Amino acid sequence: MNTTIPVNRRDFIKIVSAAGTGLLLGVHLPSLARVFAETAPNSGEPFAPNAWIRITPDNVVTILVDKSEMGQGVETSLPMLVAEELEVDLAKIHTEFAPAGPVYQNPMMGQQGTGGSSSVHTGFDPLRRAGAAAREMLIAAAAQRWGIDPQSCRARDGFVIDERTDKKLSYGELAGAAAKMPVPKNVTLKEPKDWKLLGKPAHRVDTPLKVDGSAVFGIDVKVPNALVAVVARCPVFGGKVKSFDATAAKKIGGVKNVLQISSGVAVVADGFWAAKKGRDALKIEWDEGANAKLSSAGITERLKALAEKPGADARKEGDAEKALAGAGKKIEAVYEVPFLAHATMEPMNCTAHVRKDACDIWVGTQGQTLAQRTAVGITGLPPEAINVHTTYLGGGFGRRFAADFVADAVETSKAVGAPVKVIWTREDDMQHGMYRPATYNRFAAALDKDGLPVAWSHRIVGPSIMMGLFPGAVKDGIDPTGVEGAANLPYGIANIHVEYTIADVGVPVWFWRSVGNSQNSFITESFIDELAVAGRKDPYEFRRGLLEKSPRHKAVLELAAAKAGWGKPLPKGHARGIAVAESFGSFVAEVAEVSLNEDGGVKVNRVVCAVDCGTVVNPDTVTAQMESAIVFGLTAALKGEITIENGRVQQGNFDNYPLLTMAETPAIEVHIVPSQETCGGIGEPGTPPIAPAVCNAVFALTGKRIRRLPIRIA
Amino acid sequence: MATITLDVNGRKQQIDVAPETPLLWVLRETLGMTGTKFGCGRGLCGSCTVHIDGGAIRSCVTPVESVAGKKITTIEGLSPDRNHVLQCAWIAEEVPQCGYCQSGQIMTAAALLTRKPHPTDDDIDGAMINLCRCGTYVRIRRAIHRAAQEGGGK
Repeated sequence: MNTTIPVNRRDFIKIVSAAGTGLLLGVHLPSLARVFAETAPNSGEPFAPNAWIRITPDNVVTILVDKSEMGQGVETSLPMLVAEELEVDLAKIHTEFAPAGPVYQNPMMGQQGTGGSSSVHTGFDPLRRAGAAAREMLIAAAAQRWGIDPQSCRARDGFVIDERTDKKLSYGELAGAAAKMPVPKNVTLKEPKDWKLLGKPAHRVDTPLKVDGSAVFGIDVKVPNALVAVVARCPVFGGKVKSFDATAAKKIGGVKNVLQISSGVAVVADGFWAAKKGRDALKIEWDEGANAKLSSAGITERLKALAEKPGADARKEGDAEKALAGAGKKIEAVYEVPFLAHATMEPMNCTAHVRKDACDIWVGTQGQTLAQRTAVGITGLPPEAINVHTTYLGGGFGRRFAADFVADAVETSKAVGAPVKVIWTREDDMQHGMYRPATYNRFAAALDKDGLPVAWSHRIVGPSIMMGLFPGAVKDGIDPTGVEGAANLPYGIANIHVEYTIADVGVPVWFWRSVGNSQNSFITESFIDELAVAGRKDPYEFRRGLLEKSPRHKAVLELAAAKAGWGKPLPKGHARGIAVAESFGSFVAEVAEVSLNEDGGVKVNRVVCAVDCGTVVNPDTVTAQMESAIVFGLTAALKGEITIENGRVQQGNFDNYPLLTMAETPAIEVHIVPSQETCGGIGEPGTPPIAPAVCNAVFALTGKRIRRLPIRIA
Repeated sequence: MATITLDVNGRKQQIDVAPETPLLWVLRETLGMTGTKFGCGRGLCGSCTVHIDGGAIRSCVTPVESVAGKKITTIEGLSPDRNHVLQCAWIAEEVPQCGYCQSGQIMTAAALLTRKPHPTDDDIDGAMINLCRCGTYVRIRRAIHRAAQEGGGK
């Protein structure tokens, strides 16, 4: 079972050996746990490796971070988990991003990757155990050296201390001896009341590097003699190069090579500017293929037609159709959301150096395994020969889980026989991306004579993310990412029917911060608001009354309402809206307070957010991620729309795909519910409730129900 | 190609590039100073903001020949050891998330504080038009106020 040995383990051992002696400890992942169970049946409860601790004799404690840092704070929160048990000062540890290797597989993905707000959730136990196991080995080493009982030693601030004499040895001094100690089969983890780090605000380890320009993102990587490539891609999705003329491009000073790769025509030069000028000078004839006439209007028609027919059952309780047929009051509505681009601030890029026997890739990626596999496919080299060096990510939001930009760099480097950095322009990024699926939704609901809902029917039609990526995840016609936030409607309604139909429309679709929840929360939380209004109920009280069996939803709803002053008077021309959603194991309610601008546009003045994400590791990061997710969702609600005409994305840059600005950002208050429940995610769950909270406020203010995003009132 | 003399962070350097090359790429590729970022290439996002003679400009749309002989300051030259009052405020408020736009944000804020030592929220709204996809705006605002209080605009 050599496949479970991380590719760089030998390198680590070399590093440690070169340093003289040291302690290297693997933490055990569930995926590896199976292997442990096979090879060491008596190992008891498995330590599932998910990170590495490296302590060298010069007293440097390095914690390898196996998740990608894209702003969500994992480079701090994951080491906090280790440091808490290892008894080291967070400010003194070093962090390093882990290489690509099977040992770092994310148990929620079956591959190495960062997404699904899963990092702290999956790392919480394994990383604390890793820290505790290392601590016990260091204590055992010290006790052996002193010839005393380990019970009389304790670890503190990077030292093992003999409690009777106050003698102490640093972890570095003990590293060599500790490495020879048996890995403890069981470790005792601290009680939350004894935590020194967890649950308390910690300074992020990456902040200083991000205020002086020294943080290295993918685009900043310096590889000696690297060339820069810019790729011309067919403007139509799925189109191909028919022929090209590079005569003019090759005359541009600095252009070294022009070649065809899978994604188009690559212009390779000694710098970005020459490469881009070279691309501008290319003459290419495209075979636009089947999508040449694709348009947003046509896609909508197609989705609408499919919504006439029943879909696959995502949830069926009671008999919604029967209840609707006999309903006293029936409410129907159609909701739509557009395609959206990720628009990370750092455009896609990757540097690759393909050699005969190895390939190095420097990239800000969320998916190391996918990057590695992509390179394996292009180079024919074994995975062990593909070294993935993960840099900081200038935003991810799901986009950087893909490896299309990795393929560009690996193919080009292989062809030219030199290291190559491929840089996408902003237009490349926006027009050749992968998009949050556009969906079309038909709703019907019935209210009883008391104005309470007795039937809920929701039919979703849209392209499927998983069909293209992991078709095995689509079961019985249901892509879980298409129905999340809809099929798990938390409200107590006797008859619920949620259907889903996959529509392949020719536009590549992908994970986008909070994925299906991002649109389904808008849709369901807006429609529930419609029911409250139809039943002549206060939207907050209406939800509250239906959440008896969803106590965590109810608690955040109540907290957000209380902190926002729900029901209290507002200045004239202002109104509030509320929404609640669970995603990625966390519960978030948001109250938005809106007014109208002079031009009739919506101005969001204040957002109050209540979050229950279970046990909190770094509360300041939780707050920051809620702020971030709210702004991200506001951009989508107020502005975001990718449209297609003649198979081409019509937006290209921030002038026609604008982002929220400082002046448009509301005051944001975040309230964290104290909890000892399992850690939920924090990177994404703040996004889903904001669009419906704002749209519900717009209804309260104007009487206009927003059933299509982005919001257009005029 | 043309030989151009640039004064970057107090250091005069001769470079040989196509004169219309945007300053951004000269900084990043010719001079190896990667703190200044490429975001949009059209002066829309502000990730590439540097100072020319103390004022904030977008280096992605600034031909390098147009700044020959002028005083260019980049994020690397804002302070010798990360101790500019804005950098300290950014750390204190834990502003950055992905961090990609922050060099440009800080350079824009530094130019603002030079003009307006104690900016109001409206001043901040007017000057801080750089984009941040992580939505760190509320913290940027707080950090600018903190820096102003701590004498950033003296």
